[in-house]
Amino acid sequence: MERSRLIFSGSGGQGVITAAIILAKAAALFENKHAVQSQSYGAAARGGSTRSDVIIDDNQIFFPKVTQANILISLTQESYNTFSSLIRPGGLLLVDSKYVTVEKKVAAKHISLPMFDTVQQKIGNPLVFNICMLGAVIGLSDLIRPESIINVLEKSVPADFLDINRTALDLGVSMGIKNRN
Amino acid sequence: MTTHNNIRFIQGNEACVEGAIYAGINFFAGYPITPSTEIAEHLASRLPQQGGKFIQMEDEIASMGAIIGASLTGNKVMTATSGPGFSLKQEALGYACMAEIPCVIANVQRGGPSTGNPTHVSQGDINQARWGTHGDHAIIAMTASSHQDVFNITVDAFNMAETYRTPVIILLDEVIGHMREKLVIPDPGVIPVVKRLQTSVPKDVDYHPYLPREDGRLPMSDFGGEHRYNVTGLFHDMWGFPSNDPKIVRGLLRHLVDKIENNVSDITRYKEYWLDNAEYVLVSYGAAARSSIHLARNRQARGVKLGVLELQTIWPFPAELVREKCAGAKAVMVVEMNMGQLVAQVKSAVDTPDKVFLCNRIDGELISPTDIKTALRMIQGKGV
Repeated sequence: MERSRLIFSGSGGQGVITAAIILAKAAALFENKHAVQSQSYGAAARGGSTRSDVIIDDNQIFFPKVTQANILISLTQESYNTFSSLIRPGGLLLVDSKYVTVEKKVAAKHISLPMFDTVQQKIGNPLVFNICMLGAVIGLSDLIRPESIINVLEKSVPADFLDINRTALDLGVSMGIKNRN
Repeated sequence: MTTHNNIRFIQGNEACVEGAIYAGINFFAGYPITPSTEIAEHLASRLPQQGGKFIQMEDEIASMGAIIGASLTGNKVMTATSGPGFSLKQEALGYACMAEIPCVIANVQRGGPSTGNPTHVSQGDINQARWGTHGDHAIIAMTASSHQDVFNITVDAFNMAETYRTPVIILLDEVIGHMREKLVIPDPGVIPVVKRLQTSVPKDVDYHPYLPREDGRLPMSDFGGEHRYNVTGLFHDMWGFPSNDPKIVRGLLRHLVDKIENNVSDITRYKEYWLDNAEYVLVSYGAAARSSIHLARNRQARGVKLGVLELQTIWPFPAELVREKCAGAKAVMVVEMNMGQLVAQVKSAVDTPDKVFLCNRIDGELISPTDIKTALRMIQGKGV
């Protein structure tokens, strides 16, 4: 497998960092891969752009930060504006169509999906927006199996919330698969 | 694949907590401060589960005092801090050196001086770990670049604190403390754990808390238990009572330094990568070592003879090891995130200090493999 370098970006409270941790954990514990997750934040971070880096590889990972991302996810316009230059040419850029207008300045595959609106319509709880986004990433990229995400969620999410997480993941995966080419 | 209960995907700070629990910690006192907070946070939940005690004190000074007292009564103890918190602990750290009290101090380094850059990485406390407290003394300071190694050196730190009756400093950094990766916790018994050496002197028989055995170790008696004895930060005799007898002062100071400096080879932990026949050697530690190894692996694939010496024991500085490992190199580059703290030690250790260069980054960002590659090209005369 080619080394996958991902940057998850958005604003505080959207669950981008949680999503990054879940993905990396699923890859490390249930896919027998090496994975590293890190994040950057400031002393006065309230709102603003939040960012988390994930690297997944078959080989051991030493330098833990992402300088050029294969996959960049931006869930706010501000984070898109800040981080879109970090996408590798030929990489994949996933944004939420409600929050981000893309300018297509970079030579990457731009995917804009109505993840937030779909979650609101089908589930009615924005809490699982990030899991839907994670589903879309997996649907688009085949990075890991959705079951591995479920395995992590089963251990970290209260039982009452597991069903809406499953639904959100499924919604994301099917949106991702539809937009693969 | 199946997963086991002993596999975690956690932050480096949590790996330190797991190492401490494996080593038998049963008392922690601290005051939360970024980027070390997760050590206190996780011990607050983990320690009571193990029957241990967690206490959040009013500040870092009191935390250091609390672990010293708890250690004297027979507990395995730790505190954790960062930045200015480490400065506040220095006086009591010296007391623990002088009174020979086993304890572990985790310092997850952040940018300084003062409150500095709390959420960003730095390795600026290398010299403070050595000389932060006043007066001649020896100290043990350990570091690591992966969570498995953070776990291992934390167990080592507790073991060495007991073996040498000394404070041991764990020097992590913000990147290692906060990033997440896999940790496999070994089964009990896989890594040996050093127990407190208790005196065999019976109750009501004269016990000398500061009379070393033939092997140099000093058996302890739980304070407040079977023996009455004195503990002081003043120079003291074998009963622990203050003395300024020149023989006693000289003897104690020599003992405090020799018990560590004479055991450098036992205390030294390190890793090496591609050092055989390396033309260029990177000497590094902590998060900076990850970038060094990343670059060396890439260069090796292109036939460049670039090796890495990763130091896990920083103090006492393993000068002999560094001299030996760097002997055949055309140039040595010390990769660290400060203004050049360990590079001075490396220069004084090697036969030809002129071939030792500093490759550093001081802006709060993790030094990258590209930063190191650029510096390497410069010293090779290839330009940027």
